Amino acid sequence: MSATFLGMPGSFPENSREAVQNSQLRFNLRKATHTIRDKRASVVGELPDWQELRAAGKAIKDHTLRNLDRYLIQLEAAVTEAGGTVHWARDAAEANRIVTDLVKATGETEVVKVKSMATQEIELNQALAEHGITAYETDLAELIVQLGDDFPSHILVPAIHRNRSEIREIFLDKMPHVSADLTDDPPALTEAARLHLRERFLRSKVAISGANFMVAETGTLVVLESEGNGRMCLTLPETLISVVGIEKLLPSWRDLEVFLQLLPRSSTGERMNPYTSMWTGAVEGQEFHLVLLDNGRTDVLADEVGRQALRCIRCSACLNVCPVYERAGGHAYGSVYPGPIGAILTPQLRGMSSELDASLPFASSLCGACYEACPVAIDIPEVLVDLRAKAPHAAAEKAGMKVAGWILNDHERLARAQRAATRVRKLVPKRLPGPLSAWTDTRDLPEIPEESFRDWWERNERA
Amino acid sequence: MSAREEILARVRKAVAGAGDVEIPRHYRADRQGGDLVELFAERVDDYRAIVHVVPAAEVPGKIDECLGERRMIVPDGFGREGGWHDVNTADGVVTNCAVAIAETGTIVLDHGPGQGTRAQTLVPDYHLCVVRADQIVPGVPEAVARLDPARPLTWISGPSATSDIELNRVEGVHGPRTLEVIIST
Ligand code: SF4
Repeated sequence: MSATFLGMPGSFPENSREAVQNSQLRFNLRKATHTIRDKRASVVGELPDWQELRAAGKAIKDHTLRNLDRYLIQLEAAVTEAGGTVHWARDAAEANRIVTDLVKATGETEVVKVKSMATQEIELNQALAEHGITAYETDLAELIVQLGDDFPSHILVPAIHRNRSEIREIFLDKMPHVSADLTDDPPALTEAARLHLRERFLRSKVAISGANFMVAETGTLVVLESEGNGRMCLTLPETLISVVGIEKLLPSWRDLEVFLQLLPRSSTGERMNPYTSMWTGAVEGQEFHLVLLDNGRTDVLADEVGRQALRCIRCSACLNVCPVYERAGGHAYGSVYPGPIGAILTPQLRGMSSELDASLPFASSLCGACYEACPVAIDIPEVLVDLRAKAPHAAAEKAGMKVAGWILNDHERLARAQRAATRVRKLVPKRLPGPLSAWTDTRDLPEIPEESFRDWWERNERA
Repeated sequence: MSAREEILARVRKAVAGAGDVEIPRHYRADRQGGDLVELFAERVDDYRAIVHVVPAAEVPGKIDECLGERRMIVPDGFGREGGWHDVNTADGVVTNCAVAIAETGTIVLDHGPGQGTRAQTLVPDYHLCVVRADQIVPGVPEAVARLDPARPLTWISGPSATSDIELNRVEGVHGPRTLEVIIST
């Protein structure tokens, strides 16, 4: 991952301060996160066995990660057997080179894309552009982001920072055949996008996708989506190239029964997303290439505490419950992975040498809501605290102070955060995060009931 | 060392000495019975699709009624004559399905006989799907168990939709904007 993803050289606190001052952004984010959060709660509440599914999901992922070498080899054999070709990429540059060569071999200079975080992570579109290949995003939100020359701000609704009149302006400006009397009514804007992309779908010879899951046993890839642009890309072009992180693996076909319940309900708050496509190898005469991407994942895997971040199924539930994300917005995190998951994944994937990356583990009040929401039970607070201890001291302390100051401005929020922290205190790690001492030394903290994280921490520090 | 060998070696080094985990599967699976037709119909309706529950003998008539004057693709194996062939100019497509899921209101196509190719069920703006009552299973685990991973599968839960503009739900982006389901009992 490039540290300049958002052209934001600053730290998380600097970036978030800007976002906090942008009232439109804060309004949009609040509406989005609260709406999705409520929908999620209701469809999750419908399933009497949600916790059992969650426990299974967590264990399946842990078991897969423990045996990742074996399952990757099994996947490769199954995909190959079904007529696909498997490629391995150590890092972003290698993955981009493989994809570029595959596209060049078709003789095409245009490709259509399904929204994929892995290809954003490796900045594939830019790499293709350097070789004269234009990549067209086809997800409505990604299209808005791409046409607006902008960056995604949320995993699930990447253009949530844009309102309808801004979207209308972007369409009028960038879509060749759009009529000037286009209104800013969402159905009208959606229709404009439908017409804009339809011809491109029918014409494109090469598509690039990611995948939500890969099944080692059968070689099956799975993509969940809502709009049908995924189906268009996966189905119509003659060549399909999927770039997938090595952690997206599931051992057996049967394991999908768990994840196809966990993901849609956690993500969009629906019982099921409108479309899920599954394919195994080359289908209906299509040429299929799978690029397996490491790009720092094996480093994350080597960290005993941090490796649980690889269980992530990118549902974005943790973003929607995070009080810090709600105020700071996705851009402040400076990576394709925003919110609580970004705060633990980005510094692990690309290290903590930049000020931004070193400040990310501090982008949290440790309230624990993300852990409760996570369908694969990633203990994000635990990883955050562990990373804080590992952050380069001077930079992290400075950044930590800024975040602390920012959160402490809101006494009520802090009290709430600390009350919540008491519930997760059993998860607090053995090592004491050095920079946190700065919080209590210089700030007058409000009284809080029961034993809060702060109390626990002070008591343990003295002990 | 090749990228493949290097990645595998890195994985092995990363997890060396880590313990394995048992997978607890205490969630609901292998359920039988219940009034699945009613639940399925209700859940499909929740997605703003159109649903009809019709005795088997009346299904052909109901199909005629739904199709009206539309230029329809009728896939091989559907058991009906005629039809339109060009996906780009067709008004709609009529298919069977492989499995349907009551709890989530989902139809799964495996693109076998009577279900058309993936493009045929995607490009036209209208999809009429006939589901037999005995194809409806209670939940996702029962559906996964019935499906064949060697086939391409398309899971459909309501019409195409987006919530990308200020979270307003709009039906119909690239897939069929209208989904109509006939449940044959
Ligand atoms: S960390 Fe958990 S809640 Fe957050 S995106 Fe990943 S799976 Fe979802």
